[in-house]
Amino acid sequence: MTVAVVGGGPAGMAAAISAKKAGALKVVLIERAERLGGVLPQCIHSGFGLSYFGQDLTGPEFAELLGREVEAIGVEVWLQSMVTEAYPDRSLLISRAEGISLLKPDAVIFAVGARERPRGAIAIPGSRPAGIYTAGTAQYMTNIQGYEVGKRIFILGSGDIGLIMARRFTLEGAKVEAVAELMPFPGGLSRNVQQCLKDFGIPLLLSHSVIEVMGRERVEAVKVAKIENGMPVAGTEKVYEVDTLVLSVGLLPEVELLRQMGLTILPYTNSVTVNQFFETEIPHVYVVGNGAGIWDLVDHVVVSASTAGAASVANWGVERSEAFVEPCRDVRLVIPQRILLGADEPPVLWFRAGKPLSVSKVTLLRGTEVLASRGYLSLRPAEMATFPLRKEHYEKLKPGDRLTLCVSEVGSDA
Amino acid sequence: MPDCIELICIVCPVGCELRVTVQGDDIVVAGNKCPKGEQYAVHEVVSPVRFVQSTVRLLGSKTERRLPVKTDKPVPKDKVLQVAAAIRRLTCRVPVHLGEVIAENIEGLEVNVVATKTVTA
Repeated sequence: MTVAVVGGGPAGMAAAISAKKAGALKVVLIERAERLGGVLPQCIHSGFGLSYFGQDLTGPEFAELLGREVEAIGVEVWLQSMVTEAYPDRSLLISRAEGISLLKPDAVIFAVGARERPRGAIAIPGSRPAGIYTAGTAQYMTNIQGYEVGKRIFILGSGDIGLIMARRFTLEGAKVEAVAELMPFPGGLSRNVQQCLKDFGIPLLLSHSVIEVMGRERVEAVKVAKIENGMPVAGTEKVYEVDTLVLSVGLLPEVELLRQMGLTILPYTNSVTVNQFFETEIPHVYVVGNGAGIWDLVDHVVVSASTAGAASVANWGVERSEAFVEPCRDVRLVIPQRILLGADEPPVLWFRAGKPLSVSKVTLLRGTEVLASRGYLSLRPAEMATFPLRKEHYEKLKPGDRLTLCVSEVGSDA
Repeated sequence: MPDCIELICIVCPVGCELRVTVQGDDIVVAGNKCPKGEQYAVHEVVSPVRFVQSTVRLLGSKTERRLPVKTDKPVPKDKVLQVAAAIRRLTCRVPVHLGEVIAENIEGLEVNVVATKTVTA
């Protein structure tokens, strides 16, 4: 059988490796760029690989090691090749240097990643000068192209890439004035708040946003204010004289090809529904990595993509009956949204809390019946958590069951 | 007035908010939910260290202009900016392999700067 993997970032490489390991005769890894690795080569900081490789690696190292596995195991890699259309029967229209071709694999794994939310998506008033970048673009310019993005920088949004870039700009000799976050809690991981901001004395302004960009040719200043109930609070405005505004306001899964296949997009993951093997509603079509919902750690991406790679081969021809899971109350999202019944191993549910919670109980409900519950010391929106289902609970599920995953704070233990 | 330092514990995902008070030789840690947090806080106050990652100018490559690098050992936290500035002055020529030493004993700290990527052409 042939498995096609679309996208050669960490998710795609891991899926391709595991499909090959699971016995797929031919695995084709289709990558638009002239090299594998996706976003990893520009993520020169460390913190990757602790669970997958058992060592703390930088992005380029992680990409190189995974790339060696891809090569060693015999995955066929098509570089500078782009899937321009995907059809519900799994066939892919691919544009390559050799010309345009149609491939109909036995299974397709989409590992197409995500895009940054641009300025237009968050509507900051003011002029349109040069000097406004998304964090990922600024990262590419700094780390790959070697440009100096700015000398005095303001960062809007406390997502991980924004925090990482605050440190990166500082190490390159620029001055980061502050990071503003609209929510009352940081968007990125705690370790990044500590090591990227606190280490360098960069202020993190929670419940703040940029309310105006000033400057004609180039950014000259930004006006920042405290935000309550979606409105700036009078008297809290402060002007920061900066030449650059960097936006780290979130990622959106790339779903164009999935839409073309006729799949519906969920509002809370901004992607399609998947089962625990990351299979979409179309049999033998999978979506992994940030294309399936935004993950915070590449290790989680690689582990989940490996599940899909193996399943694309092993689950071939299995009869399907499913139960369905939805997030409720302070659970913001849950992956998977569909649970395939009768698999050998019980599934792991990944979920994200909607707000920071201290000691909490997470319950899986069928109507009002509690199927399973687990305790957590703390939950943060920035960190995806897992809810492994036990075998005896998994076996209780019936086809068509509608389940909800809820969280309630038990109380502070402080 | 004793010094009070606020830290976020990074030992595990719980991320306790630590308050460290230094009074002479006494270091008192509050806010930690486990002993590892106390260890981390004391270490952070007495001798904090960090790995540094950056890029250097790469010569002779057709495709890459910068080579990503890192220190092979952590450096004292108060030397991080000095080390970063020293790394900015380095250049390197292809071919270069992952793990190869780009600069030895940077700033006399007994720490090497190594490549985190292979670029052969």
